[in-house]
Amino acid sequence: MQDYINIFVKSIFVDNMIFAFFLGMCSYLAVSKNVKTAKGLGIAVVFVLSITVPVNFLLDKYVLQPGALTWLSEDLATTDLSFLSFIVFIAVVAAIVQVVEMVVEKFAPSLYSSLGIFLPLIAVNCAILGGSLFMQERGYENIGEAFTFGFGSGIGWFLAIIAIAAIREKLAYSNVPKPLKGLGISFIITGLMGIAFMSFMGIQL
Amino acid sequence: MNKDIYKKPIFKSNPITVLVLGVCSALAVTVQLKGACVMALSVTIVTGFSSLLISMIRESIPNRIRIIVQLVIVAMLVILVDQLLKAFAYDVSKQLSVYIGLIITNCIIMGRIEAFALNNKPLPSFVDGLANGFGYGMVIIIVAFIRELLGSGMLFGYQIIPQSWYIINGGFYENNGLIILPPMALIILGCIVWVQRSIQKDLQEK
Repeated sequence: MQDYINIFVKSIFVDNMIFAFFLGMCSYLAVSKNVKTAKGLGIAVVFVLSITVPVNFLLDKYVLQPGALTWLSEDLATTDLSFLSFIVFIAVVAAIVQVVEMVVEKFAPSLYSSLGIFLPLIAVNCAILGGSLFMQERGYENIGEAFTFGFGSGIGWFLAIIAIAAIREKLAYSNVPKPLKGLGISFIITGLMGIAFMSFMGIQL
Repeated sequence: MNKDIYKKPIFKSNPITVLVLGVCSALAVTVQLKGACVMALSVTIVTGFSSLLISMIRESIPNRIRIIVQLVIVAMLVILVDQLLKAFAYDVSKQLSVYIGLIITNCIIMGRIEAFALNNKPLPSFVDGLANGFGYGMVIIIVAFIRELLGSGMLFGYQIIPQSWYIINGGFYENNGLIILPPMALIILGCIVWVQRSIQKDLQEK
């Protein structure tokens, strides 16, 4: 149990997708002009990350890793398909985003209209593919850990985009040097927030 | 061929500082100049060739499934780059870790394919891809230059600041440890945007 809490807290604060690894910066900068849309995109990211990471974990464990195919036949013990992982992961992400979009449209029309345009965008959000690649690199032991990591990373991303959107809403009224307005100041503020988040470094539960 | 195709992406519509594409990987690989150069080269190759390939088959891709087709072609090129790096530059490939894989979702590549390669002939598309990769590479190399020089006093792993300057050896100089930390990459990039927009006033936001 402690392991799970540890992974959860770590993936939100210490290894925050945006402040520590800069994943999903493109949509983070593009969709953070007001809190409402930022919330929509944030929820969509949490949703998709907590589905794709466990699915890719299973694929990695039972298909891609060296010797993973032994459950199929003993002869495949030396097969190593890990060079295919990029293409498998991105295909899974694109497919799941498509399925999630259809399911949400059918069963929760109100959620669909608020997430609407963001769901298709997510297929090319680096945070999603990055989540799967980090999961593979860090070698989580079971599907529970992989899910906790995916969910936690999503929450971390959600917090970050809400925070920057709230700051940018206020920033519209402040007197920023002209060449720095908009993009430049968003970069610098994200950097400062990143420094604040660094105070969580080294936390072990 | 129109000169704008290869001139514009370098400064006027630079993919990172003006179009804000591909920022994710740009920041994470800039601690050392060597990693940044390898990353710049990989991205340039992938953007160039993916634009070329997509442009060659642009008339036979059905519009509805074009995103999947593009992703598959880009993923194939990235796998090639990744395997080459693992074979010939293993330590750099370890240092870049997941960011090589993340070239697949680098917005520059998809952005250039969607905006240019789908409606243009193969050769201009190839040049456009290469030029955008170059514009991206230039920015990350500048950031990496500043970070490696100030952060560890080295360039390409060679000591630039003389050893006798350091406080340990009785000098006056100390490396700036803050520059190595991830958030500083954002702040340096913010300053680059600042400089560029001071020179080019028409880019300023209202």
